[in-house]
Amino acid sequence: MKLEQGVLYSKSHEWVKEDGDCLLIGLTDYAQSELGDLVFVNLPEQGDEIALGEAFADVESVKAVSDVYAPVSGIVAEINEELLDAPEQINESPYGSWLIKVKDVSEKEELLSGEEYEAFVESEQ
Amino acid sequence: MEQKTPLYDAHVKAGGKMVPFAGFVLPIQYETGVIKEHMAVRTQAGLFDVSHMGEVLCEGKDALANLQKLLTNDFTNMKDGQARYSPMCNEEGGTVDDLIVYKKCDDHYLIVVNASNREKDYAWMRKHQFGEVIFTDVSDHYAQLALQGPGAMEILRRITPEESIPAKYYHAVFDGEVDGIPCIVSKTGYTGEDGVELYVRSADAERLWNLLLETGREEGLIPCGLGARDTLRMEAAMPLYGQEMTDEITPLETGLGFAVKMAKDDFVGKEALEKAGEPSRNRVGLKVVGRGIIREHQALSAADGKVIGETTSGTHCPFLGYPIAMGLVEAQYAEAGTKLTAEVRGRKIEAEVVALPFYKRRK
Repeated sequence: MKLEQGVLYSKSHEWVKEDGDCLLIGLTDYAQSELGDLVFVNLPEQGDEIALGEAFADVESVKAVSDVYAPVSGIVAEINEELLDAPEQINESPYGSWLIKVKDVSEKEELLSGEEYEAFVESEQ
Repeated sequence: MEQKTPLYDAHVKAGGKMVPFAGFVLPIQYETGVIKEHMAVRTQAGLFDVSHMGEVLCEGKDALANLQKLLTNDFTNMKDGQARYSPMCNEEGGTVDDLIVYKKCDDHYLIVVNASNREKDYAWMRKHQFGEVIFTDVSDHYAQLALQGPGAMEILRRITPEESIPAKYYHAVFDGEVDGIPCIVSKTGYTGEDGVELYVRSADAERLWNLLLETGREEGLIPCGLGARDTLRMEAAMPLYGQEMTDEITPLETGLGFAVKMAKDDFVGKEALEKAGEPSRNRVGLKVVGRGIIREHQALSAADGKVIGETTSGTHCPFLGYPIAMGLVEAQYAEAGTKLTAEVRGRKIEAEVVALPFYKRRK
């Protein structure tokens, strides 16, 4: 499982990275490898509100659909439109493929460091 | 507790992602991933462990008469070594299972059934048997490997004597061998590609598996999991028991009329099928024209919003490059070109009825 410098992790397998006043949210390397080849991504729209702990997007592999949960509450400032036509980028470069950029963050779950996340994944297996 | 196939260790060693399926632990995919495995079978070759499939012997003086009564297809004109696909119906015309019957010789048949139905089928056969016949569940003695893809026969030929290779599709050599390993070599499959299914003693399974992979390495042969098996059969529009067929769906609704011989004297379910007449619902193929993927059990509605059926399977097709689905819809909406809408987790996705199969290999 690959980790990335400068990001924090949620227990629902998203990564969060600061980007100016905003946060970028994506799927961890562990998440993409568990999901398998992704073939479709459904993202919210710019301006949508997302709520901590609720699904804000779904990703589909050949075999299954999975929700992506928000590790924070806030407003969607931007979505990564490139992924809509090329969801496989998430498999190829999970930490380079942010799903959404969130602004006006009002709430944040307790996020894990790389080390903590690795231990969490191991404890789940 | 799930059963391991004789190839369990080989799968784990090869990086298989093991999941429970129909009472067995099988790889859903290897590290290569479903898409690459799917493409290997369409363009080169893939090897599947399908040891979960059930095998039942049907033997005795009245074996043929029992098959004629139990199953919808006609087996009277079969030659030794021939294979024939058939649904097995209940009294209401619903589908108990779909299976393949091999004729070894007079009075000796081998029936291959779905893993998930093995016990149900065996009980059903025993319940309906008559005269001099013995049904024997021999599933635990056999492993089954499926070698599939345009390169499959070439790979097989390099290690198999010519007399062990069946001459035609849906034919089998019972006393065959592959590099000295005794097996039934059957020219059948569930991928829409050329290839064989090999029935081998469990003790020989791993040797045969490794031998085939080694022999086919240069041709790009890779091990493939259940994920690719499912996407391949969907692209080829092959129905799957539990999805396109159930105890409540008749084989005529599934579009298996070619294997239901209504002219036969009598078979279980015939009366109900006769009474029902032309099916009021049909299996259709759907090509997704909107954005998204349609899966099984999603409501399908017509242009006026009326729900007219539901999907039975659906996926993104790696080879075709777009999502497809199959579904059961009211007969008047089964025409190619009909626009339908699927309800997918609160969203509507547009789809169009298309002719089946979605994919057909070039001969």
